[in-house]
Amino acid sequence: MSKTTRLVALLALGTAVATASPGCRKSSAAGMVRVDGSSTVFPITEAVAEEFGKVHPDVKVTVGISGTGGGFKKFCAGETDLSDASRPIKPTEVEACAKAGIEYVELPVAYDGIAIVVHPRNDWAQHITVEELGKLWAPEAQGQVLRWSDVRVGWPDREIHLFGPGVDSGTYDYFTEAVVGKEHSSRGDFTSSEDDNVLVQGIATDELALGFFGFAYYDENRDKLKLLPVDDGKPDNGDGPVAASLEAIRNGTYQPLSRPLFVYVAVKSLERPEVAQFVEYYLAEGVPLVAEVGYVPLPERAYPLALQRVRERRAGSMFAGKGSMVGVTIDTLLEREAAAAPQ
Amino acid sequence: MSAPSSRTHDLAIRRAELAPQRVFQAIGLVALVLPLLLLAFLFGSSLVDAWPRLDWDFLTAFPSRKPALAGILPALVGTTCLMGLTAAIAIPVGLGAALYLEEYARPSRLTMLIELNISTLAGVPSIIYGLLGLEVFARVLGMGRSLLTGACTLALLLLPMVIMASREALRTVPQSLREASYALGADKWRTLRGVVLPMCLPGVLTGVILSLARAIGETAPLITIGALTYVAFLPDSVHSEFTALPIQIFNWVSRPQAGFHVNAAAGIVVLVGLMLLLNGFAIWLRARLQRRVYW
Repeated sequence: MSKTTRLVALLALGTAVATASPGCRKSSAAGMVRVDGSSTVFPITEAVAEEFGKVHPDVKVTVGISGTGGGFKKFCAGETDLSDASRPIKPTEVEACAKAGIEYVELPVAYDGIAIVVHPRNDWAQHITVEELGKLWAPEAQGQVLRWSDVRVGWPDREIHLFGPGVDSGTYDYFTEAVVGKEHSSRGDFTSSEDDNVLVQGIATDELALGFFGFAYYDENRDKLKLLPVDDGKPDNGDGPVAASLEAIRNGTYQPLSRPLFVYVAVKSLERPEVAQFVEYYLAEGVPLVAEVGYVPLPERAYPLALQRVRERRAGSMFAGKGSMVGVTIDTLLEREAAAAPQ
Repeated sequence: MSAPSSRTHDLAIRRAELAPQRVFQAIGLVALVLPLLLLAFLFGSSLVDAWPRLDWDFLTAFPSRKPALAGILPALVGTTCLMGLTAAIAIPVGLGAALYLEEYARPSRLTMLIELNISTLAGVPSIIYGLLGLEVFARVLGMGRSLLTGACTLALLLLPMVIMASREALRTVPQSLREASYALGADKWRTLRGVVLPMCLPGVLTGVILSLARAIGETAPLITIGALTYVAFLPDSVHSEFTALPIQIFNWVSRPQAGFHVNAAAGIVVLVGLMLLLNGFAIWLRARLQRRVYW
């Protein structure tokens, strides 16, 4: 009996040790910066948090991946200081934030492209137009556009299998806005996954597949996938089909499937010095890190403009809270930045 | 003339009777070997992928954007703390509920309803518990995305299993022993404390540890309650924010760079190792405690 008691005590002690032990010891908490949101933006914020932690070891930065939509839910509930977003804030989210009294500054931090890919053995499709993509992904296409020949005359009369990111992702929202014309609206009969690697695997093993996801996932899997150049039918930003590449995303010719990535910061949180420090660090030192994790940085002159808006707490969205907006090149973004900054 | 023929006839019958048994035996063997092979294959392929990253640095480094430098320290510590806290919450509550249902409750409609609910709860998908935890613990009770929220949520997830395992264990204690205790003048509480609890403890603890080994791999509820992905510090109290191994693995698996996939494999090996350790501990504990119990 006594031995049993001792064992139980030992177990309890073990539990206590596990809960309170070396790992769980007290450390000086100088402040916290809570970030959540898009998994697309995560690598950038992670890199900035990592470098920031070296300079300010007393500030604890946490980054979550709830998705752009999930991130805004937490942000507008006042649970986070910054929200990673792969599209601008939407009207419903603007409303939720307004209701909770959360004001925010919108900071574009990088550019990303959405790649359209097919199986490497697909020898019929060499490029695709935005119009064809729209026809293929529109809600009306469900049950109607089921074969390659339905998309373009001359393509084989074989089934087409579609792959895309989950509907909670900003990538999906932006893509639908860009090709269907209405954000968050598409056919439902496609294979979707929150994990882009699942899409890569799916497309790489299916000859009849066509899918879209962030450019970085194509870049890392070039040997398994075939990239389809996209033609937006507008000769002024690159004539004919343009293949996604870091250069084409940077110079604005890969349209409409290039998009800015954002970080939103709550104005109230900026009053805390650690949050202000983190945001300033993000804008000042983020450029090389953006390139390192596989995205296209904004031109150098974009960051001071954003910094100025942070310092002056200029709240609101440059996109009028309308959500995804198509055709925002780096230059137009800068014009909006400049217009948003005080004269 | 008739004798040998009837003998062969008997043999044939016996063989015919034995045939289904043989077939069943074979099916049983395949059923045993197949999952084991699958497990060995999965673990083996993870181990092969993970090998270059399995070193001390991996266990003691913080996450990083550079796959080769990234480690799992916060996730490992987070998981350990989470499991300890979960056990600390689930054991008293689960055992208490089981004791009440087995020893005190009289059969009634209410008890039946409770029992029905417990067995139903055992089958509820874990993400539902995550949603419950997010609303009740994180938001209403204001515990935020803390270790405590995670532990409470996981404890809820485990409770039906802990209660059922504890009740099974309580039932294995022979009625005659209780009666002997009563005959010696002990009241119900003393009987419980002195006879029933020590005897059922091995069963209870085994049940708890095995359910913990399941909870250690739970990702969905933790993601729902908002466990984080990049955490470059260790939890300093139960109110601290945290990350856990399944979440770290989930994040690495979904990154584009192959280097992170290697890290994910290494994380999986560590997680499976931790789970085997827990299971081994359960076996040891049961053997150890059972030796104390004779009648």
